[in-house]
Amino acid sequence: MKQGFSTYHYWRKSKSAFTTFLCFLSALIAIVPLFLIFFYSLSQGIGALNLDFFIKMPKPVGESGGGMANAIVGTAILIGLGTIFGLPISLFTGIYLAEHKHSAFASVVRFLTDVLSGIPSIVVGVVAYIIVVLPMKHFSALAGGVALGILMIPTATRTTEEMLLLVPQSIREAGLALGIARWKVTLRVILPTALRGITTGILLALARAAGETAPLLFTALGNRFWSTEIGQPIASLSVFIYDYAKAPFSDWNRQAWAAAFVLIFFITILNVIFRFVTRGRYAGNGH
Amino acid sequence: MQETATDEKIARAPLVIGSKREAEKTMNVKVSTKNVEAFFGKSKALHGISLDVPQNTVVAIIGPSGCGKSTFLRCLNRMHEVAGGTRKGSIILDGESIDEYDPVVLRRRVGMVFQKPNPFPTMSIFDNVAAGLRLNGMVKKNSLAETVERSLRQAALFDEVKDILDRSGISLSGGQQQRLCIARALAVDPEVILMDEPASALDPIATAKIEELIQELKKNYTIVIVTHNMQQAARVSDETAFFYLGQLIEFGGTERLFTSPQKKQTEDYITGRFG
Amino acid sequence: MAETSSSIALPVGHQPSGGAEKAPPPAVLAEGKKGKSVNLGDLIFQGSTTFFAFLVFALVFLMAYEMFHGSTLSIEKFGWSFLWREIWDPVQDEYGALVFIFGTLVSSVLALLLALPLSIGVAVFLSELAPRWLEKPVSFLIELLAAIPSIVYGLWGIFVLVPWLRTSVEPILSKNLKFLPLFRGAPYGFGMLAAGIILAIMVLPIITSISRDVLKAIPTAQREAALALGATRWETTRIVLSDARSGMLGATLLGLGRAIGETMAVTMVIGNRPEISASLLAPGYTMASVIANEFTEATSDMYISSLIEIALILFAMTVLLNAAARLIVWGVTKKFKNE
Repeated sequence: MKQGFSTYHYWRKSKSAFTTFLCFLSALIAIVPLFLIFFYSLSQGIGALNLDFFIKMPKPVGESGGGMANAIVGTAILIGLGTIFGLPISLFTGIYLAEHKHSAFASVVRFLTDVLSGIPSIVVGVVAYIIVVLPMKHFSALAGGVALGILMIPTATRTTEEMLLLVPQSIREAGLALGIARWKVTLRVILPTALRGITTGILLALARAAGETAPLLFTALGNRFWSTEIGQPIASLSVFIYDYAKAPFSDWNRQAWAAAFVLIFFITILNVIFRFVTRGRYAGNGH
Repeated sequence: MQETATDEKIARAPLVIGSKREAEKTMNVKVSTKNVEAFFGKSKALHGISLDVPQNTVVAIIGPSGCGKSTFLRCLNRMHEVAGGTRKGSIILDGESIDEYDPVVLRRRVGMVFQKPNPFPTMSIFDNVAAGLRLNGMVKKNSLAETVERSLRQAALFDEVKDILDRSGISLSGGQQQRLCIARALAVDPEVILMDEPASALDPIATAKIEELIQELKKNYTIVIVTHNMQQAARVSDETAFFYLGQLIEFGGTERLFTSPQKKQTEDYITGRFG
Repeated sequence: MAETSSSIALPVGHQPSGGAEKAPPPAVLAEGKKGKSVNLGDLIFQGSTTFFAFLVFALVFLMAYEMFHGSTLSIEKFGWSFLWREIWDPVQDEYGALVFIFGTLVSSVLALLLALPLSIGVAVFLSELAPRWLEKPVSFLIELLAAIPSIVYGLWGIFVLVPWLRTSVEPILSKNLKFLPLFRGAPYGFGMLAAGIILAIMVLPIITSISRDVLKAIPTAQREAALALGATRWETTRIVLSDARSGMLGATLLGLGRAIGETMAVTMVIGNRPEISASLLAPGYTMASVIANEFTEATSDMYISSLIEIALILFAMTVLLNAAARLIVWGVTKKFKNE
């Protein structure tokens, strides 16, 4: 049986078992907050989650009920603007990076994209303030859109590049061998093949943009009333949560939780979809 | 141009003694290569390849792995440069150097079929065949369906897929996909078809179909096929070139090369002493 | 000599070149026969993609420039001393960034101290210990943690974390560990400790997923070699960890970068008082928070200029951290890919 094993050996083995246990414990501790947040936002917000919430306007202070219809529309408009500013740049840059894998400039651009992704959203908000709000002399949805657009660029660019690179080289060769011009092969063959992954990646970037608050605080500002004008301040889901969370009315607090739940819900769904769509490709290593 | 070709032929006569088609061939050289050298950066993959591909024949290129067969093939339609390679020496198509061509236009005259079938994943069978035409702006609205059908027939695939033309191209079996790729290449009406080990990824039955197809196709096209399968080369080709370590060792009529090769290296390879 | 099948191939009346039997070649070939050596479409396409790539390149510099320009007033007035002035007085128009730099650094370092051991544990768990069927869902959950918006963390912070700290944790700390300046002061709940904890939760996913990737990039051969020598699970892991050292450093720097820039969650729980204190229980103020809170209230040009300058400092810090981190991480995974 276990002859010849010294005490030291048992010590090593139990140290190993213990640290394995610690790692497992860390994993548990790490995901606990996730469940806590889900649980709390649902339990706290469930009281306020009803149809009114989605289609009504906010009620004046002191009155209960009301909804966040303007905030939902506002967020949609802001994301839309962000897409208009950020998407073309991201797509084309992603294509550039995928086509020029080895060029020095591409490496620099890739590096700068990564650096861009680390810039705090509030700093982007300040820049948007300087270049849009100041010249226009007032806050606007446009400024918020610009900020969100800039925030979207790193994610959308990287996703586009990575999805394009996943398309096997043999497809490009097939296209070129048919005598199709290089740019047409990229645009009409490679891009459509990668489109599904790219779209989901962009949806993910949009989801992130929808949750942004800091940059909106002094660009789009916020609006208690219904507004869809781009040149005016506009409400948003995230700022709504912020205002209602700080307020001393528990009814408002509940509404903040409800809005938070809606936000998390959609972000989770989009993440699941993204995982699902890209799972097959990664598993097969691109072939 | 033709005269020089003849002179060259005579000068290289020792390599091709015994082929009865000598005189006829010199009148109808489709592709002529002279001293072709290919490089990947600094390393040289091909050393001075000179051979002529007669029209409406099947020329097979055999040799052990890594000896430059595919590289040579890819020089013929300038795909070699797509992979970042450079080339010296001349390649003449119907009397004109291919270097004077826009590679895009060249590749419509010289088509290619690859080792692993690569139909476009997001397109249907019909769209796959039509892709070369559509994306080249070569479409005459009414004749597209006819062209697609004709190409699929030429590739011996039409009967199998005529009812499922809008199904995805990648839903077919391996052998069918390869024939789809052949149909796609045929649709743009090339004159030369290059095949890079077209059947190596396929099962024996599909392989036999492809070989049958090649025999049919050579009536209308000139075919150059790279294969690592000597028996296939013997079955399918009219002339065979044996490559070794980037050099053309021997080139001549298939049957003669296989039964009484001129060079010892050829003989060693054929009898399985290496490779 | 053999009459080969090749004699069949070329009957006397052979086909002329171009294959007149087939349909005549499409008109395009006839006109664009040789073609231009550079395709116009390619040129336009290349130009467009390069242009946009250049836009991204220029964007970062544009941002830096705009912030520089916007903070000229305060740069001129305070110069470098802005970085170590402790005063923040809008009434007198006297500003200094020290309080906020302190708040940002302390909360971020605290977050790292809390998150790092956990992150490494989870990364090791995911890359070395967990079976595949468990690793995938747990990885996904960790990524989900990263996807939750800052504002939601803040919400949770205000209503769950802070009350918990105020009623359960901090009274214990302040009563029993009073001798340490770290835990002096009344337990408000709001304060540096709350900010540190929330930030820890927020940076954990980043450090974890990058560390896990770095660990996975180390070839299995190394583990096998260790195990074959009779090492235990943990000892093998230690060897792998030491290989991954620089990659994990990069991951940590990235996490630090994220923590420094976090705004909403921190603003909602840190108390927002511009004071420097040694105690974790005391409220604080970070660079991101002061911008978020006071930007729209800023009345004078100097006020705004100072806030923009703080944004500039934040920008510089995160850019440097990110650049350093990416270079390190990139270097590590590259090293192992080449082996």
